[in-house]
Amino acid sequence: MSEYILSDAPQGTPSPDLGDHFIFLLAHADDNMVLAQRLGEWISKAPELEEDIAMGNFALDHLGVARALYTHAGEVEGKGRGEDKLAMYRSEREFMNVLLVERPNGDFAHTMVRQFLFDAYQVELWSYLSGSDDETLAGIAGRALKEATYHLRHSSAWVIRLGDGTDESNRRTQKALDRLWKYTAELFEGESERYRSAWESTVANVFDEAHMAIPEDPYQRSGGRRGFHSEHLGFLIAEMQWMQRSYPGLEW
Amino acid sequence: MTPEERFDAVVAAEDKIEPTDWMPEGYRKTLIRQIAQHAHSEIIGMQPEGNWITRAPTLHRKAILMAKVQDEAGHGLYLYAAAETLGVKRDQLQELLHQGKHKYSSIFNYPTLSWSDMGAIGWLVDGAAITNQVMLTRCSYGPYARAMVRICKEESFHQRQGYELLIRLCQGTPEQKAMAQDSLNRWWWPALMMFGPPDSESTHTEQSMTWKIKRVTNDDLRQQFVDMTVPQAEYLGLEIPDPELTWNEGRGHYDFGPIDWEEFWAVVKGNGPMNRERIEHKLKAWEDGAWVREAAAAHAIKKTARSAA
Amino acid sequence: MTYDVPVAPGESGDIETTTNSGGDVWPMWEVFVRARRGISHVHIGSLHASDPEAALQNARDVYTRRGEGVSVWVVRSADVHSFEPEDAVDYIDANEKVYRLATTYEIPDEVGQM
Repeated sequence: MSEYILSDAPQGTPSPDLGDHFIFLLAHADDNMVLAQRLGEWISKAPELEEDIAMGNFALDHLGVARALYTHAGEVEGKGRGEDKLAMYRSEREFMNVLLVERPNGDFAHTMVRQFLFDAYQVELWSYLSGSDDETLAGIAGRALKEATYHLRHSSAWVIRLGDGTDESNRRTQKALDRLWKYTAELFEGESERYRSAWESTVANVFDEAHMAIPEDPYQRSGGRRGFHSEHLGFLIAEMQWMQRSYPGLEW
Repeated sequence: MTPEERFDAVVAAEDKIEPTDWMPEGYRKTLIRQIAQHAHSEIIGMQPEGNWITRAPTLHRKAILMAKVQDEAGHGLYLYAAAETLGVKRDQLQELLHQGKHKYSSIFNYPTLSWSDMGAIGWLVDGAAITNQVMLTRCSYGPYARAMVRICKEESFHQRQGYELLIRLCQGTPEQKAMAQDSLNRWWWPALMMFGPPDSESTHTEQSMTWKIKRVTNDDLRQQFVDMTVPQAEYLGLEIPDPELTWNEGRGHYDFGPIDWEEFWAVVKGNGPMNRERIEHKLKAWEDGAWVREAAAAHAIKKTARSAA
Repeated sequence: MTYDVPVAPGESGDIETTTNSGGDVWPMWEVFVRARRGISHVHIGSLHASDPEAALQNARDVYTRRGEGVSVWVVRSADVHSFEPEDAVDYIDANEKVYRLATTYEIPDEVGQM
């Protein structure tokens, strides 16, 4: 796959040091936090009751992973910052999530394709990290791997259902993929480059079964890990942090 | 024994009526009406709390709230399934809700205006719901009673988390406590109205009692709820917004002031603060999901055809 | 809280329970859960799903959120065939075939537990 990665970060913006363990944990916590927040927006709006419950599970799983990683990151940092301090008192420029997870929900196809692309990535990520020397991280990854494996089963089944279902569902799902594909290379920047090929074969198989075509557009975006986001993230964070920012330092 | 005598005997013996049993048409209709309204209430009830999921003040509270709203979807689902054993379809029931031909508990037509409303809903609204639902686990219709057993197990977490949330606020800053008091002020009377019109005006109570669909009257349940809740408010140090509330030694119950039934009927008839928004939200989700439901059904047909070929 | 549907003054107490629309878009499934190893699957409830995989996933999400099971079966509701022994004449006969019951046989005490 040849591609041109265009960073949204201005020239010269320093890359965060993902080799720094605290930064690494925080970046992955942010991925899960932002996605949980997006999935939380779906509640009471799913196409069927059963799916409302499924999306709630996804959201809760990602939130659980985010909390575990924030807590651990806080311990690694050693400055007494807990999960809420890290989630609620950093600005959008300090969030290091990949751009994919902050994409607005769009329709059900858009949400499911986003979920699928991310699940396929997380299955590889967690299976690699479950062998980490950091035992706490390895434990978090082991649990997250089970969840991600189930998420992938659910989201890939939906991508196939929608891709194969009707003309309209195929059109919507293909459109979602066309829009989201440019946020996939960023998933593999740095450390995670090593499990890219496994991800590529998973998504190729599912899109093939779903009668969908992977876009040929070679341009890819990046910048999320460096705190350079789309305009969408600011609103997501403003909403999420509103209570803590309005009533600083209170217990809830 | 005629089918009717057998039905009466089963009900009298505290045994359960099951879907394949003969049952009077009125019994079937009453159940459909009640189970459907109960299911609709769970589903519409997701909205006022869903309103705060993205704004929960801590990640722990966010997780609790998400799990709770998710449970409500589950409860709606169990209840629709119980209604379906009576020969109606879930899609039809939802459609009747969308058309405004079915009702849901009018409490959900009030807006959630602060974080402490999440506590007040758990404590008061779920508390009121549990009072009724515990009774319904003994309902004569098997599938409804079984759904209620499952729901009650899950529901006790709902009430407890709400009360705990309020304890935190009431032990916090004066600002937090004021927030909790404001929630109690807004939710108290609508919570009392949840038990339905007074027995003297309640159309269905008598027949439902005979059929053992309902075991305790509206007024008795309301009294039970007040008696249970007043000490809980005292523990929080909050004041119940009723100047007439007093302990009546002779009755062994709390006396409370008159309920504004005009407001109740106005909300029931669709004129509450959020009636229109609730249905529009539900309808939009349903319509936006139509292509998804159709696509999944189409895929299932194609897949079956492919594997047969 | 009451789940009786309140009938406002001036409203008819009747309520519609059917519409002109067809049935459900997704069929109904019965869900059976094995709570732990060593015991049978037990019927736990129903749900709607478009296909078997969706039914299984939904069953997991809907009925085992609190770790209620180690194994889940789903069966299309339309594929469940039932028989209600209570309605059959031989149900009454069966009660008369007391020779099927172990308690009708007298074994001397000295033989011990049997």
